[in-house]
Amino acid sequence: MAGHSHFSPANVEEHFEFSAEGKKRIIYAFIAGLTALALGIYLLSKGEAGGHEVANAGHDAVKAGHEAAGEHLSGGAVSHQAGAEEHYDWTNRIWANVWLNAVFFTGIAVVGMFFVSLQYLTKSGWSAVMKRVPEAFPKFLYISLPILILVFFFKGDVIFHWMHHGVTEVGSENYDKIIAGKSGYLNKNFFLIRLVGFGALWIILWNMLRKKSLEEDLVGGSDLFTQMVKIGTAFIVIFGASSSIFAWDWVMSIDTHWFSTMFGWYMFASWHVTTYAVIVLAILYLKDKGLMGYVNENHLHDLGKFMFAFSIFWTYVWFEQFLLIYYANLPEETIYFLERWEGHNKIYKTSEILMVILNFLLPFLVLMTRDAKRTRIFLKIAAFLIIAGHYIDFYQMIMPGVLGKHGGYGLVEFGMVTVFASAFIYVISGELTKASLVAKNHPFLPEALHHDI
Amino acid sequence: MSSTTNYILGVYDDEDEVLHAVTAVKAQGIKIEDVFTPFPIHGLDVAVGHARTRLPIAAFMFGTLGMICALSLISYTMVFDWPMIIGGKDFFALPNWIPVTFEGTVLFTAFGLVTTFCASNNLYPGNKVEPLDLRITDDKFVMAINVDKNKVSAADIKKVLKDSGAIEVNTK
Repeated sequence: MAGHSHFSPANVEEHFEFSAEGKKRIIYAFIAGLTALALGIYLLSKGEAGGHEVANAGHDAVKAGHEAAGEHLSGGAVSHQAGAEEHYDWTNRIWANVWLNAVFFTGIAVVGMFFVSLQYLTKSGWSAVMKRVPEAFPKFLYISLPILILVFFFKGDVIFHWMHHGVTEVGSENYDKIIAGKSGYLNKNFFLIRLVGFGALWIILWNMLRKKSLEEDLVGGSDLFTQMVKIGTAFIVIFGASSSIFAWDWVMSIDTHWFSTMFGWYMFASWHVTTYAVIVLAILYLKDKGLMGYVNENHLHDLGKFMFAFSIFWTYVWFEQFLLIYYANLPEETIYFLERWEGHNKIYKTSEILMVILNFLLPFLVLMTRDAKRTRIFLKIAAFLIIAGHYIDFYQMIMPGVLGKHGGYGLVEFGMVTVFASAFIYVISGELTKASLVAKNHPFLPEALHHDI
Repeated sequence: MSSTTNYILGVYDDEDEVLHAVTAVKAQGIKIEDVFTPFPIHGLDVAVGHARTRLPIAAFMFGTLGMICALSLISYTMVFDWPMIIGGKDFFALPNWIPVTFEGTVLFTAFGLVTTFCASNNLYPGNKVEPLDLRITDDKFVMAINVDKNKVSAADIKKVLKDSGAIEVNTK
């Protein structure tokens, strides 16, 4: 658009009001999620208790099948699956779901910080109008990181094969030479140190940045901006290491025998594109409320480009990881994809196909044209597709390793994601009210207001 | 630019002025042929009213063509003409082919787009282009109006251009 905006930052300090009505709606959603979750847990306890015999009877058959498969594959990798099944208890599915959602929403929260840091590091102008939205996201770390710590501390052995009793003790019947070899890195104390240490660094740096950002609204000037560039740079360095480390810790180590050098990138790409989708939805929601009028189609176009580009980037990373393993055809590596494609009575196969359609094909086609990236409805459609697709992506990363053939989509999954999503929306909305939606003294604000592409 | 065309050129020395002049001139019902500037001016193409480029459509078509060509070539050679087992995979091993298909798509898109762009702008070796005013490559902004395509008389056009801030008005 050519028009010269008559918007002056000084007169538009804009505040989002988290109305009682809005709060009520989110709390209702939260309660609905909890109800679904409770019902799901109840059905799960009944179903598993009733079907236990059947499950046990089937167990031997499955094991026999695994052994037959083991003639083609490596023995070590298969024994991992059998090992996981021996520990199965119906409550595992609950903890697996808590872990899945905590990891997923931690990612969305922390990439909000990553996005803002990146804007400061690159001294980008265009994003100055909307940076307050992603800047609010890391608030959810206060909820999701403790959940991760607690689940790991009390229920870690449900999620992680390497925490099973005796896997690293020579002479134990569970002794596993491969896992014992990794125990220098994969042990409870070191894992907690990484989780708490990097988690604390994330929160501290976000608080520093947030404080400076709010201070800037009051005093202005370029000193604060320079300081924020430094904080952002520090965060990016730390996040570069910690995002990879957490990808190995939180997700890749579930399939303890397996490893992939692409995994850090892969999980980061998934988190990253999901966060763009969430940012777009949040901004469009605020625009529908009549706020953020200064965020025009040029800014939305840029966000749309990010969603489009990072959908392709995710596909690239995901596919490269698959292709290298497929091509090399090493049994201890292919087991990961075999498990998701043909293993566990093929219950994960549909998700695997659906994921590629939702995360690559549909965003690619929906967001391809310039007009689509500047039209709200297309952005909304693409954002919902991407969020759903990447939830399934994380589901595919976590569930087969933790639950094996006991996984599935049911009320527990639906309830848990609703609970986490409504909690996320509640916390972020609360945080958004604490500052003006436009960073009115941001030195690049005039540039951002005249953004024209 | 054939010699029979009848142009009136308004020369401006400021990018903001030429941008405002475009709106002012159009408000008088005068059709602007084009505006020549030494550097891109944000919003100028929208102000002049140029239709959006159709290059993206060409890009999509070249990309699709590249994808089809790459897939056809590789499946013809690897499945039909001379079937080969590579790494113990099927003859029709689609995952193996994705990188090549991607490269083919990008290659066709890039070459096709550059060729289309040059062709649609008459940019080819040996083509001599005479600028309407040499100073558009330096520091002046020139608005060109084709008198034959306008109902307004040449004298009126010149007056409007002068009023809109042109430092000189030439004909060519």
